[in-house]
Amino acid sequence: MAVNNADNTAPTAPMPPQLRAARARRQSIIKFVILLFTLGFLLVPLIAMLVFTLRHPLSGRWSLAPWVAIFTGNGETLGADLTVLWQGLGSSLALCVVTVAIMLLLMVPTMVIVHIRSRALERAIEWVATLPLTIPAIVLVVGLGPIYRWLSADVLNTNPIWLCFAYVVLVMPFAFRAIAVGLNSIDVKTLVEASRSLGASWPKVFFKVIIPNLWQSILSASFISIAVVLGEYTVASLLGRMNLQVALYQLGQSNSQISTAMSLLALLFGVVLLVALDLISGAMRKRKEGK
Amino acid sequence: MLNQPTTSQSATRHALSQDEDAFKNDPAASLAGVRGKDVTRAAKALLKDSAKRGGGSIQMQDVVKIYPGAAKRALDDFNLDIKPGEMVVLLGGSGCGKSTALRSLAGLEDIQGGRILVGGQDVTGTPVNKREMAMVFQSYSLFPHMTALENVAFGLEVRGMGKAERRKTAMEQLELVGLADQAGKYTQQMSGGQQQRVALARALAIKPRVLLLDEPLSALDAKVRVQLRDQIRSIQLTTGTTTVFVTHDQEEALAVADRIGVMNKGRIEQIAAPRDLYQRPATEYVATFIGLTNRMPGASNGEEAVVFGQRLPLITGSAQGDAVTVLIRPENLTLIRADANDSHVGEHARVAAIHFLGALVRVDTVITSGEYQHRGNSKPLEVTVQLPAGELPDGLAIGDDVIVTPRPVAALAC
Amino acid sequence: MTAAIVSSAPATGKGAARSATSALAKHRQELSTVAVTIPFFAYTACFLLAPTIIVIIGAFQTRDGGFTLANFAKLAEPNTISAFVTSILVSIASSVIGAIVGGLASYALVIGTKPNGLLRRMVSAISSVLAQFGGVMLAFAFIATIGINGIGTMLIKAVTGLTVNPNWLSSLPGLITIYCYFQIPLMIIIFLPAVDSIRPQWREACESLGGNTWDYWTRVALPILAPRFISAFLLLFASAFSAYATAAALFSQRSILVPLMIQGAMRNEMDPSQQGFAQVLAFAMIIVVAIVMMLSHAVEKRAGRWQ
Repeated sequence: MAVNNADNTAPTAPMPPQLRAARARRQSIIKFVILLFTLGFLLVPLIAMLVFTLRHPLSGRWSLAPWVAIFTGNGETLGADLTVLWQGLGSSLALCVVTVAIMLLLMVPTMVIVHIRSRALERAIEWVATLPLTIPAIVLVVGLGPIYRWLSADVLNTNPIWLCFAYVVLVMPFAFRAIAVGLNSIDVKTLVEASRSLGASWPKVFFKVIIPNLWQSILSASFISIAVVLGEYTVASLLGRMNLQVALYQLGQSNSQISTAMSLLALLFGVVLLVALDLISGAMRKRKEGK
Repeated sequence: MLNQPTTSQSATRHALSQDEDAFKNDPAASLAGVRGKDVTRAAKALLKDSAKRGGGSIQMQDVVKIYPGAAKRALDDFNLDIKPGEMVVLLGGSGCGKSTALRSLAGLEDIQGGRILVGGQDVTGTPVNKREMAMVFQSYSLFPHMTALENVAFGLEVRGMGKAERRKTAMEQLELVGLADQAGKYTQQMSGGQQQRVALARALAIKPRVLLLDEPLSALDAKVRVQLRDQIRSIQLTTGTTTVFVTHDQEEALAVADRIGVMNKGRIEQIAAPRDLYQRPATEYVATFIGLTNRMPGASNGEEAVVFGQRLPLITGSAQGDAVTVLIRPENLTLIRADANDSHVGEHARVAAIHFLGALVRVDTVITSGEYQHRGNSKPLEVTVQLPAGELPDGLAIGDDVIVTPRPVAALAC
Repeated sequence: MTAAIVSSAPATGKGAARSATSALAKHRQELSTVAVTIPFFAYTACFLLAPTIIVIIGAFQTRDGGFTLANFAKLAEPNTISAFVTSILVSIASSVIGAIVGGLASYALVIGTKPNGLLRRMVSAISSVLAQFGGVMLAFAFIATIGINGIGTMLIKAVTGLTVNPNWLSSLPGLITIYCYFQIPLMIIIFLPAVDSIRPQWREACESLGGNTWDYWTRVALPILAPRFISAFLLLFASAFSAYATAAALFSQRSILVPLMIQGAMRNEMDPSQQGFAQVLAFAMIIVVAIVMMLSHAVEKRAGRWQ
């Protein structure tokens, strides 16, 4: 033993080889390269958009004119009529509100009750709600055409707000998933049984017990729906109704700078919405853990 | 020739896990080889057999581990010496460095100082996959896309063993852990206990020099845990694989270990056989970590102490002084009714609770004599006494006045 | 004792009565559960089922409402075939690139980072937005980058002196590049949870059993990820194949992709020669996407053995 030790021990012990650290370094270089490449590809067009709005494509002059036009609501200096943009923006925002409202009313109570009571019905609803992923919007439009022709002629009118009926279908798969995640993460059955046994009525259970616990997923379902509605072009353009994207497209024909600036704003709004969702859910998680 | 066996055996111990090449290259080993000329054939056979059985000695010398960005050392001049075929348990609370020690041994963590020898070979710079050690993790370590059999065969496949042969070897290992009938099952279809047994079979299949178990039982149900720990121990004894087992559960440690190393703040406080550790703890930390201990005030001269008027011998390494704390196990205390007192030793106490444990009775008491206050605070001194059920005074009830006396059994003063 | 017997007797009686009422109550509860789902199913029948049926019926209908297979003859026309080929090519290429780059990015976001790191949260939030970005805005972004007056075009000209072909965007490689822009983020969102499910213990177990990095990737990590990678790839394909808005905004007149062809057919619905054409194309799209979804389902089911 003694011989063994004396033979192997170096007089001054150098730092042993750091194999794991070397690998972690290699890994982080690979990670960095991948992320740089990916984020670069994703960010370059966005930066190009920003520069494009600031620099006039033909004259090469730098100006804030498109942004000024948007925020003052006056596009005359650029020779653009912005009424169509405001119209489109207005109807898209209204569509967001109505679509989210119908979506929540239609999905949340149904999903909660079915989740508690019937596995079979829950499966059926899942199948139907995720079906729009299989049926492309462009296909849906072909079939929605006759329905909307009949709706606008005989029942309602050609107001773009009625697009909400189609939009609820488009957002359904995303909304379903968001709400299903929430339902699966809490034990709804026990919550309901506990509060029913304490004598709470059904509406009370629903609003005072279930909704507060599903708050986060309801929020996320709503935000994703808003993002989808704000970006929707196919259905609106082919059914001939005005919304934000249709307006952007039309404006793009005459003044691409303003529509590019507006696109950036819409995108920024989407990012802010989702980052806010992330922060809110993070804060809620922290509060829950804190308790 | 006849008085040689002890030497030959120690030579065997040195070289146990070294493969032939290492044996020739290592000067120490060749020295052993010179001696080996005198060694009997039987001893040679023993050496070969032990080497085949895969027991390697382990030395971790002055190992230092500092996690990046951490102020404290996770391992602080950590030393550990394990004999071939031995099962050593590293025991300690969370953050004591026990898992870090195991992972450093496996090569899953870099160390910043010291060295690690397995079978006399320095493996400090050897990557994990060349160390010939196999590890069983706490949980979730089975590959989910493989059946139990494929999991066990994985290490053999990586080593390039033929399909038929590795199937056969893997099946043998599954039989060893009693899961031959589950060979075709996927991870998800097995219980936690079965998964850990498959993980054990997978680790043993590669005939590792050292088997490493990182809290392998802590994710399991209590009943399964006891069964599996006994199975691990019996398999380890059959295969003779040197094993390091990490746990935070002292009962588990006491049940399976040849020796237990109690860890605290990145060092081993004491490493000893379970019985020694319990009866002769070297430090206060070890005494309080393993089993129940009463902290009793007393006076010590380093050899003997006086507690409650009773003289008792002290364990070597005990502190000296007029006001020391003597650590006394509940079973090394006795109590009698106060009115039956015919002795000049012992202190008055009030019974606070009585727990019947079958053959034993545990009595919680509060010392009523004002002289003995818990050091540093004014709370009355609480003392737990454990007696064989027959020694409990008849009709003893909560609130009764008793006299508590230590038995003259060796204790640690600090 | 007596008290127990006395009290237990009426309890049994009550229990029997309760089980009778509970059967009735259970029946009523089942009915009420079904009733609650009526609005949902009615709504989806009107706005999901009905349009789909209209498409399918329309594909088999003559001008005066009779049954015909003649509409499908147009699928064999060279124009249509080339649109399908282009659509499928663009979809496959953009999905392959999107799946690989997005998969690598998911790996880079997960491995060796804290589960709730800031970078990761930001990238997933941005990805969720960009995945929905396939539309008019995406067309603007690329026109601003490498359109005729795009910033990239000008930079390339200033630096290298080369002129980017102004039609590059509407060429096949251009289209694939644009589609990648929403495919990569989509892949990141879909694939992050899959990479999350890879446990570090698997790598450590593999190493301690003697496996090197190559063994780990080829025998452990990639086989575990494969099913979810393939089903993510198929979903990407479906999303690219269905995409309409970007292409519509880029080339308003040319019908080089199936969705653009549908648009053209819808505009000319009054033309008798175009009878049922939009419906036939839409029907064919449903078939393609349905096949893709079935494949994806089959892959998931196969992996279901161990997942």
